[in-house]
Amino acid sequence: MSESNNLYGLMAEFENPNDLVKAAHEARAAGYRKMDAYTPYPIEELIEALEIHDRRLPALVLGGGILGGLAGYGLCYWCSVIAYPLAVGGKPFHSAPAFIVPTFETTILFAAFAAVLGMLALNGLPQPYHPVFNAPRFALASRDRFFLCIEAADPQYDHDETWAFLTRLGPRVVMDVEE
Amino acid sequence: MSDVVLPPGRSPEPRQSSGLLAPGHTFTTVTDKIASIALGRRTPWFWWIGAAVGFGLTMMLLATITRLVFVGVGIWGNNVPVGWGFDILNFVWWIGIGHAGTLISAILLLLRQKWRTSINRFAEAMTIFAVACAGLYPALHTGRPWLDYWLIPYPNTMGMWPNFRSPLIWDVFAVSTYATVSLLFWFMGMIPDLATLRDRSKRLSAKIIYGMLAMGWRGSALHWQRYETASLLLAGLATPLVLSVHSVVSLDFAVGLVPGWHATVFPPYFVAGAIYAGFAMVMTLAIPLRKLYGLEDFITLKHLDNMAKITLATGLIVAYGYTMEAFMSWYSGNPYERYMIWNRATGPYKHMYWALIFCNVLAPQILWFRKIRRNIPALFAMAMVVNVGMWLERYVIIVVSLHRDFLPSSWGMYHGTVFDWSMFVGSIGLFLALLFLFIRFLPMISIFEMRTILPEAKMQEEA
Repeated sequence: MSESNNLYGLMAEFENPNDLVKAAHEARAAGYRKMDAYTPYPIEELIEALEIHDRRLPALVLGGGILGGLAGYGLCYWCSVIAYPLAVGGKPFHSAPAFIVPTFETTILFAAFAAVLGMLALNGLPQPYHPVFNAPRFALASRDRFFLCIEAADPQYDHDETWAFLTRLGPRVVMDVEE
Repeated sequence: MSDVVLPPGRSPEPRQSSGLLAPGHTFTTVTDKIASIALGRRTPWFWWIGAAVGFGLTMMLLATITRLVFVGVGIWGNNVPVGWGFDILNFVWWIGIGHAGTLISAILLLLRQKWRTSINRFAEAMTIFAVACAGLYPALHTGRPWLDYWLIPYPNTMGMWPNFRSPLIWDVFAVSTYATVSLLFWFMGMIPDLATLRDRSKRLSAKIIYGMLAMGWRGSALHWQRYETASLLLAGLATPLVLSVHSVVSLDFAVGLVPGWHATVFPPYFVAGAIYAGFAMVMTLAIPLRKLYGLEDFITLKHLDNMAKITLATGLIVAYGYTMEAFMSWYSGNPYERYMIWNRATGPYKHMYWALIFCNVLAPQILWFRKIRRNIPALFAMAMVVNVGMWLERYVIIVVSLHRDFLPSSWGMYHGTVFDWSMFVGSIGLFLALLFLFIRFLPMISIFEMRTILPEAKMQEEA
């Protein structure tokens, strides 16, 4: 018991994306839930297999865009009508068509910040430390290898049983990931 | 049709049909080849030459700017009536060049054009550096660059705010948003590759720096899912943005009443010209780089062929723009408009106008031939012709329109001074210097996206 306490989980290394996706399907079918896969590039099939799909980001970006649009138009309106009304060429203070361009630009700007910062925030980045980096050979996850990690926090996790389960999936190697 | 998945260690079947990647590459070879350019201890000789030229010319730029700030914009050739000279034409030229980067990274992503993969990273870098060069000109053209922050709406003791009905303030918003969003897109696109460099580097300093930039990226499937969503959304946002930026730049002219500027065709015609100029610049950079760094496997003839096709297509739109300009000035019945086009073709700057027609209308027609599109020296020469042609286009639009407007009593002539030229050539130096730094220290081809187009990455069809 004490041994598995300081373990983050078990990591299996696969040679190619097909094996990993198959393994992810099987782990999911076997009832494991707290797990994650680590790959050198995005694999759509893997996301389906793990049944992870975070739909919050588009909402954040929409929110950012709406906020940006209101802020941009509000800025134009406030400056031109309230704070510094300036008669130029007989144009009305509230020159809506002229305000379209700054409004459009701030909409895009805020939405783009929401997309990038939202992605980083939801992913918990920047993150100076994460246990998976303790796994030997994990550096290959950014090169040419595919990893599946079943976490010790999973209710179904049992060190020896999970180890045996992962071994049956035909990985190159199974390893302990220290906390 | 299902693909056979090969056992590990065997090189996969070449996919001859696509031609986007030389056969025989694997995840490992692609990663190591691209990462080694940034991580290699030895800096190749051509890098030193290129960087030395870039930095040398940047020094010339700095010397020019110093003199400009001490003496004033009078060292330029700007005068009355030609108040916008090299400064604004170089601004437009550089901004236009940047557009291809965003087109490749955003629009071609949305259109699922896989061939964008190996050229998008350095095209995006090109965008950012070109926008940086562009930004210099209006900032210095204000005459008192230390007060440039007045362009930004901020609460101040003077109680003044910018005039939002002016296209010039639209420009501030458009260009600064464009620069920021391009930088975000570029940086976000590099995060997984920075993680690769972190994991591949052997030196501690490199590990620390790349590690900090990668922000702890670990390639988690859940992270990838959000990352891909963010990429698509950013591409969707950058697409209207890039179309708007040069449209807004064109409004600087089109909202004015000067004959030759006041035309509704300007926004689409400027955007097409920007993409045309940008692809020419991408080819100008890609052709030597692929040769020197031995990247012919990744940037293949297929890529050059496709880029040449886009250059031809946008070149035809630009030619249509010229035709419409001429037609409308005749059809309008307005004597000033009619004189404007007559003056372009037969006036004191006629050699520039005809050189422009040669460079942007006649010369690109050779790109109809597949032989030319796959002939590297010819393509490089063609790209240089387009670079010159687009510069001439802005010269004709800006200088030639301004020098003879309504009243012959206010006509004049304009010629760039030595400082105009040293500033222009210096900004090319700054562009090169930034580009060479980028090539040396960052992955110039998107490694993770290259992995996705490998035959190895093909998934087995599920039963």
